[in-house]
Amino acid sequence: MKHRRPFWLYLIVVLVYIFLYAPILVLIIYSFNASRVNVRFEGIVNIEPCGPFYWFCQLSRNHEVINAARNSLIIASISTLGSTVIGTMAALALQRYEFPLKRFSEGALYIPIVIPELVMGIGILVLFTTVFRAINTALDLQGNARLGMGLGTVIVSHIAFSIPFVALVVRARLHGFDRAIEEAARDLGATEWITFWRITLPNIAPGVLAGALLAFTLSLDDFVITFFTTGPGATTLPIYVYGLLRRTITPEVNALSTIWILLVFLLLVVIQRVQGQQR
Amino acid sequence: MKYAIEMRNVSKRFTTAAGTEVVAVDNVTLEILDGEFFSLLGPSGCGKTTSLRMIAGFELPTAGEIYIHGKPMDATPPNKRPVNTVFQNYALFPHMTIGQNVAFGLEMERLPRAEITRRVGEALELVRLSGYENRKPHQLSGGQQQRVALARALVKRPEVLLLDEPLGALDLKLRKEMQLELKKLQREVGITFVYVTHDQEEALTMSDRIAVMNGGRVLQVGTAAEIYERPVNRFVADFIGETNFLKGTVVMATDEPDRYLVRLEGGAMLMASCEHPLQPGQQVVVAIRPEKMHLNGSRRFGPYADNHVHIPGRVQEIVYIGTDTHYDVALEAGPIVRVREQNSGVFSPRLALLGEAVSVSFDAAVARILVD
Repeated sequence: MKHRRPFWLYLIVVLVYIFLYAPILVLIIYSFNASRVNVRFEGIVNIEPCGPFYWFCQLSRNHEVINAARNSLIIASISTLGSTVIGTMAALALQRYEFPLKRFSEGALYIPIVIPELVMGIGILVLFTTVFRAINTALDLQGNARLGMGLGTVIVSHIAFSIPFVALVVRARLHGFDRAIEEAARDLGATEWITFWRITLPNIAPGVLAGALLAFTLSLDDFVITFFTTGPGATTLPIYVYGLLRRTITPEVNALSTIWILLVFLLLVVIQRVQGQQR
Repeated sequence: MKYAIEMRNVSKRFTTAAGTEVVAVDNVTLEILDGEFFSLLGPSGCGKTTSLRMIAGFELPTAGEIYIHGKPMDATPPNKRPVNTVFQNYALFPHMTIGQNVAFGLEMERLPRAEITRRVGEALELVRLSGYENRKPHQLSGGQQQRVALARALVKRPEVLLLDEPLGALDLKLRKEMQLELKKLQREVGITFVYVTHDQEEALTMSDRIAVMNGGRVLQVGTAAEIYERPVNRFVADFIGETNFLKGTVVMATDEPDRYLVRLEGGAMLMASCEHPLQPGQQVVVAIRPEKMHLNGSRRFGPYADNHVHIPGRVQEIVYIGTDTHYDVALEAGPIVRVREQNSGVFSPRLALLGEAVSVSFDAAVARILVD
């Protein structure tokens, strides 16, 4: 016997998807706009040599965009590596050891997920400027030697806000992990180090990888915290796009956003695939 | 005297998350001989698994000392101990093939590739799993996984093999097969087996010697026959096989050493032995196995030998189980005892009818006086 679901439930589903995807769809369509002023759609652009992909071509000749993209990838790669290693270690420690203030440190680890990014961004900014000023004065650093905001500060803050997400994902994987296989490895003559690399890591790898991909997309997308911690020569894509918007909204911005959305979408598909394999 | 394993006054205390202290193993002293099949037998929570884990090195004793082949283990980590373990749920490495699982321990010894391949082949042959090298653990049945776990431990040629309820997850028929197979294997390879089980039948079937544990303590160590025939206390008598317990009072000590005259509840008198010194008037329990009791009803009158005790009662239940028939008899003094009569003939006749007044009898020599 088939149970009939009420019609309004279907309606909600459709509305939700429209709200989620209509803006993205519009954004993608406008990246092919013939008009330079991106408030009205005046047909698909067709200027040689690129045809409808004119704005994408323009973008590829824009050195500022390419620099920003490179910065974003450098920051995302290094911060992913850092947060994955630290987050996995935190998850393992919380899963298997008893130590003083364990409940407190566990709660404290996840708080950054819920506190507003703006608050965290300002906090990190204050921390960096205070510490840097103190060091600069203490060591009497001059000119280029002076510590300041830049790629380094962005990377460190991205590592910091990604750790809780990685730890959360890895812990979920650890719940189904049978520690007896680690004991078996030790019993067969493996040191703790070898046991980790040959037994523990291969078995929690899907969780670690999913955590890493999550950290990577978070870093790539981040605007607020980056905005507060960036400095000269460390402009990322989101910061650059925001800068463009303050002048004019050209289809170039849309083209950039389209590429970006596709990239993040691709990453999400990979994450889902990896998590699917866990079962 | 060379022991494979010696435990000297070993204790293990845990502190639970709630802050209470639990004594898992309480001052245990054990000597396990080289080459013997030794079982640690007891109900769950009796400390047998914790003892095994301390020998393997997964837990460190709170007090006491463990020696393996005379060497004190102290805080030696598991990977440096000359023992290997077969885990309860096998603990095979799920991401490795069967061949890689068995080879792992040899790779840790950094043996040449050719020797590893040869020994892995031999080990799998020993457990009759040749040709399974490239399968993954989840593709094997429970019994096959069990044998892989065995091969993985044996391939290391340990001085002692520790087995933690290795047959616990198998169905009954497979268990029985594996019991005999393990025993045979142990004789072939000739290494010491320390076997943890809660199944008394399994322990009796396989072991050279058994240590019966309860509440973290070792109650009795002996061969299967010693433990079955001469249990030291009520717990052991009750845990190993079936036993009838009759309450009684010590009347007096006899001229023979360790022999006492006991008056049972209901008035019957008997002379039985006890290793503990007893005082007249002391309350004791007399234990008699069901197969050592006889039923004397209207259709059979038992052998009236000198030292036979007869106690009147009424048949309450008759259960035919093929090899034997069980008669549950409510004694006049109150307790219900079980008498097991063997069905030796074809269609052996019932010795009594339900509700019939009968007497149960037994040779006082088979009775054991237990203090607790």
